[in-house]
Amino acid sequence: MRHIISILIENEAGALSRVAGLFSARGYNIESLTVAPTEDPTLSRMTIVTSGTERIIEQITKQLNKLVDVVKLLDLTEGPHIEREMMLIKVKASSMAQREDVKRLADIFRGHIIDVTTSTYTIELTGACVKLDSFIDALAEHKIIETVRSGVTGIARGEKSLHL
Amino acid sequence: MELSGGEILVQCLKDEGVDFLFGYPGGAVLHIYDALYNQEDVRHILVRHEQAATHAADGYARATGKPGVVLVTSGPGATNAVTGIATAYMDSIPMVIITGQVATANIGSDAFQEVDAVGITRPCVKHNFLVKDINDLAETVKKAFYVATTGRPGPVVVDVPKDITDPSIKIPYHYPETVQMRSYQPTLKGHSGQIKRAVDLLLSAKKPMIYTGGGVVLGKGSDELRRFVRKLGYPITSTLMGLGAYPSSDELFLGMLGMHGTYEANMAMHDCDVLIAIGARFDDRVTGKIAEFCPDAKIIHIDIDPSSISKTITVDIPIVGSVPDVLQEMNGLLESSKKSPDKKAISAWWAEINSWRSMKCLSYDRNSDKIKPQMVIEMIHEITHGQAYVTSDVGQHQMWAAQYYGFDEPNRWINSGGLGTMGFGLPAAMGVQFAYPDDTVICVTGEGSIQMCIQELSTCLQYGLPVKIVALNNRYLGMVRQWQEFFYENRYSHSYMESLPDFVKLTESYGHVGIRIEKPEDLRKELERGFAMKDRLVFFDIVTDQTENVYPMIAQGKAHNDMHMSPYCEPPQDPERELS
Ligand SMILES: Cc1cc2nc3c(=O)[nH]c(=O)nc-3n(C[C@H](O)[C@H](O)[C@H](O)COP(=O)(O)OP(=O)(O)OC[C@H]3O[C@@H](n4cnc5c(N)ncnc54)[C@H](O)[C@@H]3O)c2cc1C
Ligand SMILES: Cc1ncc(C[n+]2csc(CCOP(=O)(O)OP(=O)(O)O)c2C)c(N)n1
Ligand SMILES: [Mg+2]
Repeated sequence: MRHIISILIENEAGALSRVAGLFSARGYNIESLTVAPTEDPTLSRMTIVTSGTERIIEQITKQLNKLVDVVKLLDLTEGPHIEREMMLIKVKASSMAQREDVKRLADIFRGHIIDVTTSTYTIELTGACVKLDSFIDALAEHKIIETVRSGVTGIARGEKSLHL
Repeated sequence: MELSGGEILVQCLKDEGVDFLFGYPGGAVLHIYDALYNQEDVRHILVRHEQAATHAADGYARATGKPGVVLVTSGPGATNAVTGIATAYMDSIPMVIITGQVATANIGSDAFQEVDAVGITRPCVKHNFLVKDINDLAETVKKAFYVATTGRPGPVVVDVPKDITDPSIKIPYHYPETVQMRSYQPTLKGHSGQIKRAVDLLLSAKKPMIYTGGGVVLGKGSDELRRFVRKLGYPITSTLMGLGAYPSSDELFLGMLGMHGTYEANMAMHDCDVLIAIGARFDDRVTGKIAEFCPDAKIIHIDIDPSSISKTITVDIPIVGSVPDVLQEMNGLLESSKKSPDKKAISAWWAEINSWRSMKCLSYDRNSDKIKPQMVIEMIHEITHGQAYVTSDVGQHQMWAAQYYGFDEPNRWINSGGLGTMGFGLPAAMGVQFAYPDDTVICVTGEGSIQMCIQELSTCLQYGLPVKIVALNNRYLGMVRQWQEFFYENRYSHSYMESLPDFVKLTESYGHVGIRIEKPEDLRKELERGFAMKDRLVFFDIVTDQTENVYPMIAQGKAHNDMHMSPYCEPPQDPERELS
C-alpha cells in the first residue's frame, strides 16, 4: 500500500541524510521525498511517499520516530488528506494543430502555460500524483521534451494537523 | 571561568563524572590532549589501537552500567573506532565517542586525515553531532551523554573540528545540569491498561514461558525480574545478552534459548501457550524459523523501543516501557490480584519440561584423553566460585562460556552478541578490570579471535591489569569449521589456523605470564596456579579437542524443536512417570 508520511524534523545539517540513510540502510521503498523549512525556521517539514506491507509501514514510522532529530510524525494516508504535487512539463508545439491540442489539454487539466516559444509550450500543473500521471498519458500523441516533478506534499483535512 | 574548547571538553567530562577515557592521540585532537595533561580527575588510558579503545569503553559500560567514553583522532583514528562503535550499537551499549576532525574551514577539502566521521558512523550510532561553534560545545557534550544513556542506550559520536579546541580562543564555561530535547522523549512507564491485560493473560496460562534479554541488564531490572519470576513460579529462559539477570543456578531457569540454547528452553518455547518477552528483541538467532516460532502462544512484549516490538514476530500485547518500571507495576498487580496461577496446569507443564531436562543436553565426553573446552569453562567457574567477570570473543568458545559458566548476577557476562566482533574480548576485559581492579576478570577466547587485538597485551602491562586470558586453542576457526562440518560436507575451506605463534613466548615478551596446558590431568593444577597470581596477567594457552562441536544447535532457519544434539545426551524420560 502507498503511504504519505509527514514529519517535522529539527532543521539541522544532516537531518535529511539521516532520513535518506534510514530508507536505504533498511531497504525501504521511497517514491518521493520533499523537504523545506516551516514557518518556524528551526523545523523542517518532510513528506515521504513510500509503499510496503502493513508491517513494513509500521516499522518505517517507528524507525522514523526513533531518529533523534524527528520531532513528530503523521501518516497522512490514515485519514482524509489532501495531496499535491507540482509538475513543469515542456512539450513540442510547432504546428498550429499541436499548439491548439496542447492548449486544450492544459485547460482541461487546469494547467497553465508559463513559457512559450515558436516550437515549445511549458505547462505548470498541480494536483495529486495520479492527476499528473494522467496528464502525461493524455499527451501521448505529443512529443514531451522534459518533465520535472516536485515530489508529493500533503496536509490532513479538517482539524487534524501536524504541529508542535 | 574562561576556557578553551579543549579545556571545555575535559571539564565537561569531569562534570559528567567520567573516570576513564580510553583513547589514542593524533593531530586533530592534540589541543584536547594538551588539556588532559597534568590533571587526574579523568584518567586517560592509552590503548594500542582505536578499535580497542572502543571495546574497552564498551566493556567498562557493560560491567558498570555507566557510559564508556572514547577519544580518537580524525581520519584513521575515527575509522579504526568504527568496528567498536558498531559493536556497541548492535548491543545497545551507552558510549560517547569524541572524534577529532579537521578544522572547520578545511572540512570538505580532502584535507589531511579528513573523513566524514558523522557520515561514516551515522548507520551505527544512536545519534551523532558535528560541533560547528565553540559556544555549542558544552551543551552538545551534555546532549551526547543524555542521549547515550537514556531510553534504549547506544553510542553517540561527537565530532570536534580542531579549530573548536584552539587554546587561544576562550569562552565562559557552563555545563548545563539538565537538557531538554523536544524531539527526544523516551517512554519509561508502560501503559497501565496493557499491563493489566498482560497480567490477566499470564495468570490464565497453562504453559507459560518467560523469555528475557539484554534489556533487563541494560535497564537494571534484575531485582524486579527475580520477584516477578518467583511470584509466578514460571519457567524462564534468557538470550545470550541477558544471562545473569536471573540466576542461572535457580531451579526455574532453563538455560539460554536459541541457536545454541538448551533443549528444554527451546522445546518450552515451541510448546508454550503464553510467552512474555522482557527486554529481548526476537533476534534471528533466537527465533529460528519465523513461521514456526511459538506456534501456539499469545505473546506479551515489554521493550523500551517501540521499533523492537512486532518487528519480526507480531505480538498480542505490546508494552512500551522500561523493564523495572513495567515489572514493578506487574508485581504490584500480582500481589493484589485475587487470581493466582493455575497450579495443576503449571505442575503438568513443569513435568513436561523436566522430562526434556532429563536429557541433559549439555553433556559431553568427560573421559576423553583430550582437554574438552566445556570442562575448562566448568573448571574456571569452580576456581572463581562463579564470581568472575567473564568477557569473550566470538566463536565456539563464546558459546561454551555462555553455556557452562553459569552466571548468577547481571553485568558479569560481557560479549559481542549482535555484531559478533572477534577481537572484542581482551580490550573489553581491560575496561572491566579498570572499573573493578580487585575482581577477577577473565577473557575467554580462541586462538583466532585473540590475534585480532593481541597488541593490547602491551596496554595491560602499562596499567598492570591482571586479566586472565583463557584461550581455548583448537587450531581452528572453530565456529566456521563446525558449520563446514554440518553444512558443507567437511570441506574445511580456510578455517584452519596455521603458523600460530607460541603464545607463551609471545605473552612473556609482552612482560606477562604464559601457561600452556596440553593434558586433561594438568588442567586443574595449572589453572589454579595461574589464577593464584592475583596481580599478574596470565595467558592460558589451552590445547583443546580440535573437532569438538557446540551442542545443541538449531540450524539457521530451522524451528525450535529441530536441534542437533550432542551424542552424549541421555534419552528423555517419560513425563507421565515424573508426575506420579
Ligand atoms: C556466534 C554467535 C552465536 C549466537 N547464538 C545465540 C543463541 O544461541 N542464543 C541467543 O539468544 N543469542 C545468540 N547470539 C546473539 C544474538 O546474535 C543476539 O545478539 C541476541 O540474541 C540478542 O539478544 P536480546 O534479544 O537480548 O537483545 P539485545 O541486543 O540485548 O537488545 C535488548 C533489547 O532490550 C530493549 N531494551 C533496552 N533497554 C531496555 C529497558 N530499559 N527496558 C526495556 N527494554 C529495553 C532494547 O530496545 C532491545 O530490544 C549469538 C551470537 C553469536 C555471535
Ligand atoms: C571480525 C570477525 N571476522 C570474522 C568473523 C566470523 N567468525 C565467527 S566465529 C569465527 C571463528 C573464531 O575462531 P576462534 O577465535 O579460534 O574461536 P573458536 O570458534 O575456534 O572457539 C569467525 C571467523 C567474526 N565473527 N568477526
Ligand atoms: Mg579456534
